Amino acid sequence: MNALKALILGDKQADRVVPPSGFTAHLTLFVSGAMAFLCVFALALSMASGRVAHRWSEELARAATLRINAPAEQRAAQTEAALAILAQTPGVASARALSLEEQAALLAPWFGADVPLDTLPVPQLIEVTEAEVGYDAQGLRLRLQAEVPGAVLDDHTRWRRPLVDAAIALRRLGVVSILLIGGAMAAMITLAANAALAANAQVIEVLRLVGAQDRYIAQAFVRRFTLRALSGAAVGVVLGMIGVFLMPEASEEGGFLTGLGFQNWRWFLPLVIPPLAALVAFVATTRAARKRLGDLA
Amino acid sequence: MIELEDVGYNYGGGELFSNLSVQLAPGSFHFLTGPSGAGKTTLLKLCYGALTPTAGRVRAFNMDVKGLDRDQMAYLRRRIGVVHQDCRFLDHLPVVENIALPLTVSGRGLSEEQANLHELMSWVGLSERMDALPPELSGGERQRAALARAVILSPDVIIADEPTGNVDWEMSQRLLRLLVELNHMGKTILVATHDLPLIRAAKNQVQARVLRLSNRQIISAGADL
Repeated sequence: MNALKALILGDKQADRVVPPSGFTAHLTLFVSGAMAFLCVFALALSMASGRVAHRWSEELARAATLRINAPAEQRAAQTEAALAILAQTPGVASARALSLEEQAALLAPWFGADVPLDTLPVPQLIEVTEAEVGYDAQGLRLRLQAEVPGAVLDDHTRWRRPLVDAAIALRRLGVVSILLIGGAMAAMITLAANAALAANAQVIEVLRLVGAQDRYIAQAFVRRFTLRALSGAAVGVVLGMIGVFLMPEASEEGGFLTGLGFQNWRWFLPLVIPPLAALVAFVATTRAARKRLGDLA
Repeated sequence: MIELEDVGYNYGGGELFSNLSVQLAPGSFHFLTGPSGAGKTTLLKLCYGALTPTAGRVRAFNMDVKGLDRDQMAYLRRRIGVVHQDCRFLDHLPVVENIALPLTVSGRGLSEEQANLHELMSWVGLSERMDALPPELSGGERQRAALARAVILSPDVIIADEPTGNVDWEMSQRLLRLLVELNHMGKTILVATHDLPLIRAAKNQVQARVLRLSNRQIISAGADL
């Protein structure tokens, strides 16, 4: 607690005892900025993947399609029978047969807008919407098999699961990336702190000679590196957020590749990155300083 | 105050000295002399805990120096002012901040010590050079600044390693007078030097003892000037 207080309040005189070092200062600033910039994108990717996984899971889980593959003369009767069964099935909120125009629209991407649907043996599609409680898909399949031989129920599980799994995996990848970025940043700052401590071995010797305790010497370095990491990360986050803001908005045409930005209050999430970067720098430099000062004893 | 009992020290296999015993009583003034390489600087370092003896025991203020942890060692250093031959300043800080360094590291604010600091700067004759950087100082000015830094916390013991090594005779005399003045204030002084004229010049000013380090032993301990 005292260390944190000293870190925040600082000591103007103590800050001056360590000479401002050149390349380690720039390295720490650059690394913190670059890592924070990447972290914003990893966070945006992770959050967008989470949203997609949730949306796909929600939307697809509540919809199913019933396909009536019957000869043309039996199609209407079987459609009627299937609708009657669906109306009696608990957990089905609604069911309706798609019109010829709707079916034509579904096939338009492959056959063009003026596909002669009435001359083709296209099955009749029934859109089924699930109620909150859900229905017994297996039981419905068995009943349809018995009463509507041409009916095939597709509850989308087959292709929904891999998509949701992929989105969840992408979100995990984003989280792992953030952790790796944090680890890489800690490693780089440790290297920079070690270089600064080695370059200032004579300063440390003088400070010890006049009665400085190791915690005083360590704090002079730790505070400097922590503040550098904080300011570098702040710049990185601002640039990263501008980058995310400039990305294309979510659109149907763009599919998953658009809409990677943050939504609503989540725009504030990247603001956590600079304090976290400072914390990483604080821990990394404290450990490096303790080890180095121990070695110099 | 500082006591070395049968102390020995080896440098990477070679024995620098052995069975060496010295006592620095409170308020005493000692010169440590001897040929180059005899181990004068090593002996001083043993006194203020920068080195640990390979044999025997060093006691400072009734504490075994070997058993001190880092924090205790820092407190010991605040009670022993050290003047190095090469002074060892932080070159990026002005002289006044270098002199005040022991105050800074011990957490004493410079604002409340301003008066003492200015008095001290005036005492060593550096009032006009407060804002100069150490590389801008002459040899004599550096030694006086190092002496001021060594005494700013009013330590009980002052150890000086060849303080007149890089200065002319006049400046040597000036430094000697400052050390004698400190001794008259009750400080224990230990000065390593091979400057025999300086030791002779001290004869009229202070009751000093000469410790001669030669052939791994202190051979003329107790000889009065």
